[in-house]
Formats: sequence, C-alpha cells, structure tokens
Amino acid sequence: MIPASFEYLRPKTVSEAIGLLQQHGDDAKILSGGQSLIPMMKLRLARPGYLIDINRVPGLSYVKEEGGYLKIGGLTREAELEGSPVVHSKYPIIVDTAHVIADPQVRNLATVGGNLAHGDPANDHPATMLALGAQVVATGPKGERVIPIENFFLSIFSTALQPDEILTEIRIPIPPPRSGGAYFKLERKVGDFATAAVAAQITFDDQGVCQEAGIGLTNVGPTPIKARKAEEFLRGKRLDEANIKQAAQLAAEESEPSADLRGPVEYKKGLVKELAKRALTRARERAGK
Amino acid sequence: MAKKQSVHVKINGRERQADVEPRLLLVHFIREVLGLTGTHVGCDTSNCGACTVVLDGKTVKSCTMFAVQADGAELLTVEGLLQDGKLHPLQEGFKQEHGLQCGFCTPGMLMSTYALLKKNSQPSEEEIRWGISGNLCRCTGYQNIVKAVQYAAGKLAEGGAR
Repeated sequence: MIPASFEYLRPKTVSEAIGLLQQHGDDAKILSGGQSLIPMMKLRLARPGYLIDINRVPGLSYVKEEGGYLKIGGLTREAELEGSPVVHSKYPIIVDTAHVIADPQVRNLATVGGNLAHGDPANDHPATMLALGAQVVATGPKGERVIPIENFFLSIFSTALQPDEILTEIRIPIPPPRSGGAYFKLERKVGDFATAAVAAQITFDDQGVCQEAGIGLTNVGPTPIKARKAEEFLRGKRLDEANIKQAAQLAAEESEPSADLRGPVEYKKGLVKELAKRALTRARERAGK
Repeated sequence: MAKKQSVHVKINGRERQADVEPRLLLVHFIREVLGLTGTHVGCDTSNCGACTVVLDGKTVKSCTMFAVQADGAELLTVEGLLQDGKLHPLQEGFKQEHGLQCGFCTPGMLMSTYALLKKNSQPSEEEIRWGISGNLCRCTGYQNIVKAVQYAAGKLAEGGAR
C-alpha cells in the first residue's frame, strides 16, 4: 500500500516545527514514531500534504523525576519508557502499560507523546495517564500550556491540541507514599488493540483507607474513559473485596463499549468489571495494603 | 509528485545512496532501490514482522517507516548475517532445528532474534517467545523457532561471539 504523495520536512527545533505547523495548518501532520500515522496514510485514511518529522529534534526524549513530577518527553519511545530505571522501580503501572503496547518492533519506534496525541481510545497510555492524574504540555507559538489529561481527549481521534501545537511533555505527579497502581489488558493476540483494559491507581492513608483513586478505561467508548463514579465510591473506603467488587461494577456501568469483532457490549462490560477488580487488587498489593 | 530527497544509509556494511520520493517506504527502498530482496513484505499492515530489519541496533518494521526517515542510519538485513561465507549461528540454528517450513517469515524472525540475542545472550524460553511476539509464523507453531534460537544462544556461548 502506497501513501498519497506528501512533502517531507525535517525541522531541527521545536520552534521550527511549530513554524511549519503555522505555515501549513491542517494540511500538515507531525511525524513522531509513525506507528499509527503511517498505517493510516497507507490506507489513505490520512493524507497530509506535509509531514513534519520531529524525530531529530533534540531534547524531546527523556524520563526523569523533577519538581514533584515524573516527566516524560513527548518523543520518548515505548521501549525506552519500558526500560527506564526510575519507571521500573517506582511506576509499575507504566511498565504494565508500555509492555503490552503493540509488539517489540513497534515499541522501538512508537512514542508516548504520539500514543496520547493520536487520540485513539484504543491506545493504552490514555487510561493509565487518566488513572495517574497526568498533565500534558502542549507547546505552540505562544509557548507552553499545561492541559490536565481529563480535559485532553475530546472525541475519537480528537484532542485539545491545537493545529499549531506539539505535545512535548507528559507530567505525572509523583505518587505519595502508600500508593500503587496496575494496568490490566485483554487482547486477542500480541499487537492487537485491547478488547478492554483498565488502569487503577490508589493512594491509602496510614490507616489503610483509600484517600485517592484513579481509574481509566481503554477502548470501551469514543474516548478513553475516567471512571469517576468508581473513583468517588472508593474514596474514604477500605479496599476490601466487597468494595473492590462494587467499584468494578460502577466502572463497568461507566463504560460505553460498542459491539465489534472483539465482542458484544455485554461481554465488554463484563470484561471491564473483571479487569477493574484485578487492577484494583494488584494496585492495593503494590501499595503494600 | 513531491520533490525527491537524498537518502544515504550504511546497509550490511556498505554505503548506499539514492534520491527517492518521501512516500517511499523503507522496505521498498531496501528491496527495489537497493535490490536486497531478502527482506519480505508480508501483511503490509505492521502486523506480521516479515519486513523486520535492524536499524541502528533496534528492530523496526520497514513497512511502517519511510526511507527518508532512515537517512544517515546503519541498517542490517538478512543478507548481512552471513559473514566470510559462514552462516550466522541463528541461520545455522534455523536449519538444524527446522525453524522454518515455507520460509517466508524467516528473514524477519532472524532479524528479531538477532537483536534479541544482542541484548540478551541467554534468553529464557519465555523471553524468546516475547522477543518474537511481533513476528508471525503460519507454519511452524513456533516450537522449532524457539529451539533454533536456543541452538544459536548455545553456539554463541561456546565462543562463536558475533
């Protein structure tokens, strides 16, 4: 399959890339890892006239803790994220997530920023970032603005990014002590999108009561879903089996899956319930409670 | 037609250059421009891994990357595994352990497992299976591919380090 013809541009800096976006507007697309965009171009579902390749822009690939946040550069590859020592030692929920994105070759190119900016509800990072209460940094002609992740996903393939903005960084608040998280995904085979997946992040107080809960759902609605009712239910409660079961039930009720080759609606809702149970249970274990 | 751009790569140790349209996929550059047809086009949808090549030490699916993106890169394809007329231990392993039947997936399998062994010279069975999880084989059931990789890991441990 041959994509439609396009002009290939390779800026050396973020500001040069933004200048090109301003110049070419809607006819331009940013090429990051390309692992979603290029297949769409091959199918001619996307036909940008200008492809702005940011892969050689320095300073956009990093994973570090700084100023109370885990900061992930927009151009960080999934394989780098998965192999990052700080992520490995302190953010198992992110390791869970990166590990099940597509397959090894795709993870060598695919980027964390692209996974979010693509706005695909089937992508895996959105749910995890919703659970972690992340923020994304959008850089445009006027500089940087910070967007809470819960305001980022507008509709399918549509995000709060403006046409002249680039997602340059993801900021995750460093979880307080007694926190834990996990991501559980069911896929038909490696490389497939999730039939459904659930991310859960919990923080307990010193009495073992849930202070903060974040729950994100993958591929069960037109956007990634923040399961607010389930989160609200858990705050102030112990994560015993009955409460986990009730929260999982609420998360399933908040999901809006559609029937497709991966299964009917009821099956997917049932799956959300089961995966939420598992993710919450693992999150609790990882928090040491 | 968009204006052509120069792509310069070092592939299997040889410097090659060509002017190509930006929309040319890396796999077509390798096969049709450079004439190295060992790298296969399987599904052409980023699923099967038959087009896997090693780019600057990392495996990529060459059907899901433009040739212009590889400008300046070092590439290794299946043709580059043979050295001084001698099969790479992985190639030997695939032969000895019947790691192929129709052979269509084999170039991609070899490149994925080459990169795997570079990173982890003694992988467990699970690590091997995970390492080839981006490569489909419709013939073998994977058992003999796993054995072929174990064979190669054994050979490399004996001192045939490559």
